Amino acid sequence: MTPDQKGFLLFAVIKLLVVFSVMLAGVALLTLVERKVAGWMQNRPGPNRVGPFGILQPVADGIKNFIKEETRPASANEFLFLLAPALSFIPAVILIGVIPLAAPLPVDFAADLPLLGLTTFHGMMPMSVADLPIGFIFILAFSSLGVYGIALAGWSSNSKYSLIGGLRAAAQLISYEVAMGLSLIPVLLVSGNASFSAIIARQQQGLWFIMPLFLSFFIFLISGFAETNRLPFDLPEAESELVAGYHSEYSAMKFSLFMIAEYAHIVTVAAMVATLFFGGWDMPFTHWDERGGLLQTVVTGACFFAKTFFWIFFVIWIRWTLPRFRYDQLMALGWKILLPLSLAYIMVVAVAIEIIQASLGWTDPKAQGFALFALNLLLGWAMFFLLDRGRVVRGVAPRTRAASSMSPREGAA
Amino acid sequence: MTSRTIEVELSTPGLDARGNVRNFPLGVSRRPSESVNDDFGAERMLVNIGPQHPATHGVLRLVVELEGEAVKRVIPHIGYLHSGFEKLGEYRFYNQIIPLTDRTDYLSPMANNIAFALAVEKLMGIVITERCRLLRVIACEMSRIISHLVWVGTTGIDLGAYTPFLWTFDQRERIYNLQESWTGARLTTSVARVGGMMADIPEGWERGLRDFARTFPTTLREVDTMFTRNAIWCGRTQGIGAMSAEDAINYSLSGPMLRASGVDYDVRKDRPYLGYEEFDFDVPIGVHGDVYDRYRVRLEEMFQSVRIIEQALDTLRPGPVDVDDPRVTLPPKSRAMSDMEAMIYHFKQVMEGIKPPAGEVYLGVENPKGELGTYLVSDGTAKPVRWRIRPPSFLNLAALPKLCEGALLSDVIAINASIDIVMGEIDR
Repeated sequence: MTPDQKGFLLFAVIKLLVVFSVMLAGVALLTLVERKVAGWMQNRPGPNRVGPFGILQPVADGIKNFIKEETRPASANEFLFLLAPALSFIPAVILIGVIPLAAPLPVDFAADLPLLGLTTFHGMMPMSVADLPIGFIFILAFSSLGVYGIALAGWSSNSKYSLIGGLRAAAQLISYEVAMGLSLIPVLLVSGNASFSAIIARQQQGLWFIMPLFLSFFIFLISGFAETNRLPFDLPEAESELVAGYHSEYSAMKFSLFMIAEYAHIVTVAAMVATLFFGGWDMPFTHWDERGGLLQTVVTGACFFAKTFFWIFFVIWIRWTLPRFRYDQLMALGWKILLPLSLAYIMVVAVAIEIIQASLGWTDPKAQGFALFALNLLLGWAMFFLLDRGRVVRGVAPRTRAASSMSPREGAA
Repeated sequence: MTSRTIEVELSTPGLDARGNVRNFPLGVSRRPSESVNDDFGAERMLVNIGPQHPATHGVLRLVVELEGEAVKRVIPHIGYLHSGFEKLGEYRFYNQIIPLTDRTDYLSPMANNIAFALAVEKLMGIVITERCRLLRVIACEMSRIISHLVWVGTTGIDLGAYTPFLWTFDQRERIYNLQESWTGARLTTSVARVGGMMADIPEGWERGLRDFARTFPTTLREVDTMFTRNAIWCGRTQGIGAMSAEDAINYSLSGPMLRASGVDYDVRKDRPYLGYEEFDFDVPIGVHGDVYDRYRVRLEEMFQSVRIIEQALDTLRPGPVDVDDPRVTLPPKSRAMSDMEAMIYHFKQVMEGIKPPAGEVYLGVENPKGELGTYLVSDGTAKPVRWRIRPPSFLNLAALPKLCEGALLSDVIAINASIDIVMGEIDR
């Protein structure tokens, strides 16, 4: 191996370890954040017994889950029952690997390391484990693998609640996978590249995609909620209907793996929203962050963290606010509204880009961005007008007036 | 073609004592034309919701026959909380029955205590004092508020909205504190006695209740903001479990269930007791009879209860709480020790109990969940020959299979929540 290859491998392994451990620690802290936010919304303190401000609560939970007894239904399919948590855990933690967490760091490294020998690294080091050229296509592919874990968990538990939960999960994830993938096509159209660093670079030159591609963002956010199995789309584990859905029969660390996968999915979705629509690690209104340097990397990393954390908080916020959809309403929303909407939006954006670039000849990314933004304002208004509340989600039966109805009686003073 | 009727026992897989998988009968029979194989792979699946399940509000057990997500049949099974209250009552003095009434509808204990005391007083022809009457009205309306608060919160949870549950329970806690300072107990209040109350309200208690009545509607409006115009909430409740006014009457529904279907019947207005005719309050009536209307009716009833409480507090004057009747009211301790007659009354009441005249009485009151009827038969002794409760939850629950026609699995949970059952009262 050449010293350059050794250097690449060394830094790849370091980044892998750092990102993986930060991800797991972050997921553990996220459970605490969720409970604190829930407490905050519900006029109660939340966990505050273990450590200062309950900060050690995730540790206590982790220990508890490790030392609890593993139970397994006698009639479960043993192999698949064991496999399912792993299948749902691995894709969830892999995803963060391709997202650029900060501005690339200029590295000039050459050292004679023990065991490795001469190791060198020169040039800009991307701040992601792997800066894949297929970027978010990789993410779409791997996030849809998670459904195998859930569907198998539901089936192999040999419990009716689990089975219904697994079925719901499979149908829901596949449905929303379609809308999610299609909602990102406009991003591809505008940026012309599927790699995350190219998408971020494009947003630095023009506008953050939240403005020119607002409807994409809207569809992606909804599908993202559905992908994470969170309220209002938590039908696979609807507590009041299916007890705990697909993981009803799981206990101890196997149950924990499902929870970690869920929270890792939240982190990934939040990071994707931040990267695709909010400029990733980009700092608004300045080009200082693009110059490269250690300080820039640290500050943009913090910037990315702040954006991601806001969307994590948003997911938690929504969870403790909204009621749950019903199964047929969820399917109707996915197939009848989000799918046609994203297809139509692809057409509109494609035509608009063609007109802006070919007919009008605007090549400046900012001008293009503002032109698309104006279009989106129009489309967004029309969409929310048409999809007004009460028309999207309807009851299963028409509301008919009861046969004999009387007006409210006045008080008998 | 010959038609035969074979009753086939349904079963569900489970583990026997040795850990082997076995099919256990479910106690539900079906016609031979329907699929016998209820297990996986068949067209229909039999799901057992309860008696231990997050959404069955106690120990109700629903056997639900599913085709995919569509519900084909719902069979409620009751009896998991049977305590034999009615039979126990036949071995107790009248005032000793009141602690049993706490435990029937344990979400509105004070209203139950008062319903029983009112029935005995009607049997004995006792007219209670003005202060006692107003205190009872206040207690009944407080019970209505806490019961409906539990309903709104738990229904929210059943539909997936967790947060309003804690807001409503926060407010419910304030009424429990008031109950505790009045009666010493938070849940098992036993507040009523035949001919009076167990105690007068403590010093400053009115101020606490006024404070509650002033600030509590804020929480209700917050809940209103969260639910009433929420698209998901409307989608989950509107048109679900609808029942027409005729059906509601035929199924003998009562309370908010009946009024949501558009029937204008409230015992407080139509057969007034406790002088409810003096109070200025409205009775909310629904139009569609679905889960959404039941929600709106209950929410509005809480606002009206606050109105009643405020009016009652305005007219509440100091005075005796217990009626001056030696048959039912114990003489003051000081007189019992010095006055011969008072001592005799004290002795006879404690040792022999209250003796209503022979006869029978039925009294219906408007409890939070519907019309609570108390039927008493007395043979002139200190213990009732028969004490029968007409539990509103029981009769409302009986309409569940009808309400669930054509529903989905999630709707069954919403409909079951909208009935507002409490198992203590159903199983008695």
